Amino acid sequence: MANAVKGLALSVVLAVSLAACSGAGESEQTLRDISEANTEFQLTLQEQLLDAKPGDVITIPAGVYAFDRTLSLKADGVTIRGEGKDKTILSWQNQKAGAEGILVTGNDFTIEDLAIEDTTGDGLKVNGGTNIAIRNVRVEWTGGYSTDNGAYGLYPVQTENVLIEGSVAIGASDAGIYVGQSQNIIVRNNRAEYNVAGIEIENSINADVYGNTATNNTGGILVFNMPNLPQRGYGTRVFDNDVNANNTENFGHEGTAVASVPAGTGIIVNSNDDVEIFGNRVADNNTANVIISSLQSTGFSDEAAQASFDPYPEGIWVYDNTFSGGGASPDGADLMTLKTALFGIDGSLPDVLFDGYVDAAKLVDGTMPDALRICVTDENVDVLNADGPGGFAAPRVESEKYRCRLTPRDPVTFALAETES
Amino acid sequence: MRGALFAALATLLSLSACGEREGTAPVPDLPLIAANYIDAGNPETLREWGQVQRSGGELVLSEGVLPYDLNTPLFSDYAHKLRTVWMPAGTSAQYREGEVLDFPVGTVITKTFYYPVSDGADADEVLLDTATDFAASGKLQLSEVRLIETRVLVHREAGWEAIPYRWNDDQSEATLNRIGGIIPLNLTTAESESEPFDYVIPNVNECASCHGTNSNEAAIHPIGPKVRHLNRDFAYSKTLGGARNQIEQLSRVGFLTGVPVDLDGVPNNARWDDVDAALDARARAYLDINCSHCHSPVGPADTSGLSLEPDASGPALGTCKLPIAAGAGTGNRRWGIRPGHPDDSILIYRMEAKEGDKMMPEIGRATVHAEGVALVRQWVETLEGDCS
Repeated sequence: MANAVKGLALSVVLAVSLAACSGAGESEQTLRDISEANTEFQLTLQEQLLDAKPGDVITIPAGVYAFDRTLSLKADGVTIRGEGKDKTILSWQNQKAGAEGILVTGNDFTIEDLAIEDTTGDGLKVNGGTNIAIRNVRVEWTGGYSTDNGAYGLYPVQTENVLIEGSVAIGASDAGIYVGQSQNIIVRNNRAEYNVAGIEIENSINADVYGNTATNNTGGILVFNMPNLPQRGYGTRVFDNDVNANNTENFGHEGTAVASVPAGTGIIVNSNDDVEIFGNRVADNNTANVIISSLQSTGFSDEAAQASFDPYPEGIWVYDNTFSGGGASPDGADLMTLKTALFGIDGSLPDVLFDGYVDAAKLVDGTMPDALRICVTDENVDVLNADGPGGFAAPRVESEKYRCRLTPRDPVTFALAETES
Repeated sequence: MRGALFAALATLLSLSACGEREGTAPVPDLPLIAANYIDAGNPETLREWGQVQRSGGELVLSEGVLPYDLNTPLFSDYAHKLRTVWMPAGTSAQYREGEVLDFPVGTVITKTFYYPVSDGADADEVLLDTATDFAASGKLQLSEVRLIETRVLVHREAGWEAIPYRWNDDQSEATLNRIGGIIPLNLTTAESESEPFDYVIPNVNECASCHGTNSNEAAIHPIGPKVRHLNRDFAYSKTLGGARNQIEQLSRVGFLTGVPVDLDGVPNNARWDDVDAALDARARAYLDINCSHCHSPVGPADTSGLSLEPDASGPALGTCKLPIAAGAGTGNRRWGIRPGHPDDSILIYRMEAKEGDKMMPEIGRATVHAEGVALVRQWVETLEGDCS
């Protein structure tokens, strides 16, 4: 698997040339026509944001509005509200300056019922803040998926108590919904489609991801840890999601973390700890329905990380999911060869793929302490250890080694998220 | 009423206009206002602050307002900058070494962005001429330059506030411009090559994108007036005593207390374009002023894990560091800095990029600083080691 992952550029090329993909890194779709859009409103709205005070609700009527710069908000306690995610359309197709569509730094921020389209960079970035609610927002690159699209759709980072619900993200060249370096996170009832990563939780603590649909992404739901950041992530529950057919070619930018995700990945945990994956319906993801891996498979090196970084995925528990299909056509020649060698031309990789990296320093008498184990409880779910540490020389199905259970995590709760909208 | 008065004044003064740029209408001179501190609100005109104002075809500094430069400045699309600082009588800043000087309430800092222009050229035609110091006389000749904007940073009781002003087309007045704007300009080099670009005036919230140097608090701060940036000579006018070290001058005019007796041990950044200085010092000074207001352990870009402060090293400085949320900003490169390989380094890619989702800094430029890139390239080339 490591070779496949490392040789991703090659893998993508192969995927494109062999599989039925629509083109080199993009799909064909026509951008929204904004020739009739309101171009005056942007100044009014930006001025409202400059003058906003705690408690203000800034409403945007239905209509199509064009922006040429980033909208920025610094005040606490502000709500931005449209009339619906298909009615109030904010378009940055003509963007001349700025790295985001909307950039927010503030506590008690709510944004709801509007669409953010065709930004140069990220759609909505919330950089810092407590009590952040993003409801019924659509972020979309209307020309279809493309490497030229912005990186993140909905992007809260270094936030606390953050709720993303009822929203839609389509076409991001990195992650559609991305929560980074945050604490107390609920991502529920959203839809992510045609992004490199549908939903990604990175370097975050206590996240619940449920009731979402992730389909047609390169990877459906990702739980990652990256080195050199102020916060190490752990503690995510991924449950009751529909994670189907995430087989879109990887159109991410080389060098980004998600560029290492093989097309056809359902749910992937990379270098994160204490992750519980249960009750999901995971189907038809061509590489594997679930991947558990270490950054060591994806281009990690010792000089690239602070000494304290722990790349090993530990305390991962997969149970009670419904798996169907998947694994029949893994991304890249190496994985394809591996699949064919082990399971035959018509066979499939097992539902769970583990790259096999284990922290030898944590073994006690040759055994991993219970809380740090990888558990795949259900008897009908097989696990392939790809033997990354052995140079992928001896990949083997060893499902029985993972038949264990971990302690269930407590639900994430905070006031904002008490009622589901 | 006010418009009528301006019109009348304009008519009166049109006969005696001198020192005006050819082709521009003469503009009235208004009575000069003494430098002052306005403790609340957003004054409608820059003039009300009395720091820098128009007088007889010149932009002049009021009495007591001290100009200053930085060893290495932030690049802003080749704009020139006239920086000033002023404090109310009887107040002074406290010297401190690592951070911005501890300025008293009432401090007013201004920065006027301007471009050299040719006689008779269209207003959007500006010149790339970094060799000439147009403020050498302690004021600007408006026949030689086009004023774009003046940003005021004022230290009020509740903290620093940024109040931006935009100069009008006839250069008669700078008025409050909180929502910013885009000014299309053409930048012409000495070789008569012309590059059109959108000069972007930031809005008030965007001021904080750079000046909100600690992402854990909402406060904004000045960036330039740190000892290491200020510790250099400045050619003060004769009345101010001629050329002298800026730290010493700040102390002499009473703006700064607690200055060490011996300035020899006081930190100073290299000048980025000083070919006699060490390459490492020049490159790090450049990265410091252009990047470290965000890329520090507490800055808004701490989300990236990259610090470009003078003391950063290893992966924190970007050496063999994997990108975090760079998106298209990776330029398909794997590491922040690959020692010896500028073309494999994301740092260089972002400096060479001009698109909003790829370039760094995220705001504040629309052109590429070719000379700055060349310096940092050269520095990366000399770095030892490699990434695997």
